[in-house]
Amino acid sequence: MNARLGARLAPYWLALPGWLWLLVFFVIPIVVMLSLSTQTGDILTGFSQTWHWQNYVNGWNEFSTEFLRSLLYGLIATVLCIGIGFPVAYWIAFYGGNHKSSLLFLLLLPFFVSFVIRTQSWNFILADDGMVLSPLKNAGLVSPEFHILSTPVAVIGGLTYNFLPFMVLPIYVALERIEPALLEASSDLYASRAASLRRVVLPLSMPGVFAGVLLTFVPASSDFVNATILGGTNTTMIGNVIQTEYFTNLDYPVAAALSFILMGGLLIGVFAYARTLGTGDILDMAAAS
Amino acid sequence: MEHNNGDDRHDLPDLPVDLLRGLTSQRLSRRTVLKIGGLGGVAALLAACGVSGGAAATPTGSAGADATKQYWAGQQNTGHFVFANWPLYIDVSPNNKSDHPTIDQFTKQTGIKVTYDEVIQDDDSFFGVIQPELAAGQPTGYDLMVITNGIYLSKLMQLGYLVALDQSRMTNFDKYASPLVKNPSYDRGNTYTMAWQSGMTGIGYNPKLTGRKLTSWQDLQDQAFAGKVGMFADIEDLPNSALCAIGVNPETSTEADWKNAAAWLTKQRDAGIVRQYYQQNYIDPLSQGELWASMAWSGDIFQANASGASLEFVIPKEGAPIWTDNMCIPKYAANPVAAMTWMDFVYQPRIAATLAESINYVTPVPSSAKFIAADAAKQSGADRKATESLVNSPLIFPAPSDYSKLHRYRVLTEDELTTWDSIFEPIYQS
Repeated sequence: MNARLGARLAPYWLALPGWLWLLVFFVIPIVVMLSLSTQTGDILTGFSQTWHWQNYVNGWNEFSTEFLRSLLYGLIATVLCIGIGFPVAYWIAFYGGNHKSSLLFLLLLPFFVSFVIRTQSWNFILADDGMVLSPLKNAGLVSPEFHILSTPVAVIGGLTYNFLPFMVLPIYVALERIEPALLEASSDLYASRAASLRRVVLPLSMPGVFAGVLLTFVPASSDFVNATILGGTNTTMIGNVIQTEYFTNLDYPVAAALSFILMGGLLIGVFAYARTLGTGDILDMAAAS
Repeated sequence: MEHNNGDDRHDLPDLPVDLLRGLTSQRLSRRTVLKIGGLGGVAALLAACGVSGGAAATPTGSAGADATKQYWAGQQNTGHFVFANWPLYIDVSPNNKSDHPTIDQFTKQTGIKVTYDEVIQDDDSFFGVIQPELAAGQPTGYDLMVITNGIYLSKLMQLGYLVALDQSRMTNFDKYASPLVKNPSYDRGNTYTMAWQSGMTGIGYNPKLTGRKLTSWQDLQDQAFAGKVGMFADIEDLPNSALCAIGVNPETSTEADWKNAAAWLTKQRDAGIVRQYYQQNYIDPLSQGELWASMAWSGDIFQANASGASLEFVIPKEGAPIWTDNMCIPKYAANPVAAMTWMDFVYQPRIAATLAESINYVTPVPSSAKFIAADAAKQSGADRKATESLVNSPLIFPAPSDYSKLHRYRVLTEDELTTWDSIFEPIYQS
């Protein structure tokens, strides 16, 4: 009896470190942040709990442009990642042959370089008179005034570049799991290659796409590095605002409130997407991929 | 990557059926009730988490002096200290960039070893890093740090996070420090700080691209430079420079002045003149020609020219901010005696000369000029010319006429700061 009870409890004991980890590094900080977000005060006199929900209203009123811009940039970057990443994943999964591991390694290779340095290197590549624009300007294809850096295009491009592998990997895993027999069956039933792609491969790859969207949309929308390094005027993202509120203005409550608004926005976006995929069970989707 | 056929991926954990249903259905189950109860508990917890301020009642007057004496009497030279500084802000030996001759000499003379860390990117984020530790009563790991006069230095003082200096260990400072950094308005009596270097915030530009000399902040409103002008993304230099631009002395400016300065900046941004608001990274685009003109720190332009750029730096005729980066000792530092030994050591004119030759900002030791001249005499050719130009440069040894145009930052109370932030932040953070 005792032994059976022990066996039944074993999984819970084994999960204990995970729960503790979550508690210490997620639950406690988030409770502290939530508390902070309704406090008032300043750094000199300290902050105290006054249930000042107005922090949220003020945060939204003052920075709604940056919020919407961040979600828009994140969305565009995510769509671009799908557009670029799906064919790459498809090709590696179905035509990679014996080189799949090497190809995936190549995909991840840039990640061995620091995030900031990778982004900064775009400053050299896309410089106004750099290796890309200079020949175009000399050939008269673009006007001498044309530039990419310090524009929204540069920021979205940076986001797309930095988060692309997070899209490719889960899609690859989903495609890799598709039984070749299913495709054979599909062609036996006279489906054209396009129809097989549309009716077999695409639906089966959806869990991968979904996981990829989670892994790109969320961090891309809250990113602040790309806007700092590649952006110009009117490209500030909400991550930059939160950083300024926290570090420059030392307004911890508003910084916390802004973080929660962002979190709410992202959760709404992700759940809305999960719904349109035709399933409410988001966790199952994530677990399956 | 292993190919996984995934036979097990849809397996559900072996749970009782009723619990599974409870997890997946919407009805108000016992778990939900528990959760709602839990929320009440969370609310109580939320109310309990305050963040205490640190505004320590720092003892003043003779009580403060006694406390300071007592503190220093209890300290010993530990033979080592940790120095937090900004990047490219100390001399380097020609063959090895991580070797600093001044530090080597210090160690040789005093036996004190120095751990030199270039960890400070800007005052605000460094403050953000050390503040939680200091608030919790923990040492930061640094014994000496370099903080610009302004918002964050005042905060560190007001919060009681700095160690009051031992005035008896400042003999070189007393003898050689320039009037600019002795008894400054932001730290009367040098209670907490000794200057490291000072500098001006003015305009750096490429005369070949602008096609003319720039002399005024108004030149940064010239439509001919649309999209080619850089400004700072900060809450100190940007507003104070804009106040100079509209002809107001920032030190005595009022809220109405701030709004006018903000209007000046907004006009410039909305006319498409500003390419970007920069943090530290304006110097590359300026050297490469993506920017024609930019707000700039004096020493940066000097250093860029030393590595091949041909830029000009001008203190605009309306005036410009002058700032001082200060050495100070954070509370709970383990090695304050060693740190203070260094702080006074760099005030020897010979040492100050070596530092000035390398970092090209306003040296706190005017009498170092003769050592720089002597060094120039030993060199030849281009090196000699470069070193000689330092002695005559108003950017390193400003003349009295220069000082009349240079202003300290506006000192802000906590309430004023809130207003100040709300006026200026939306400009660069757009």
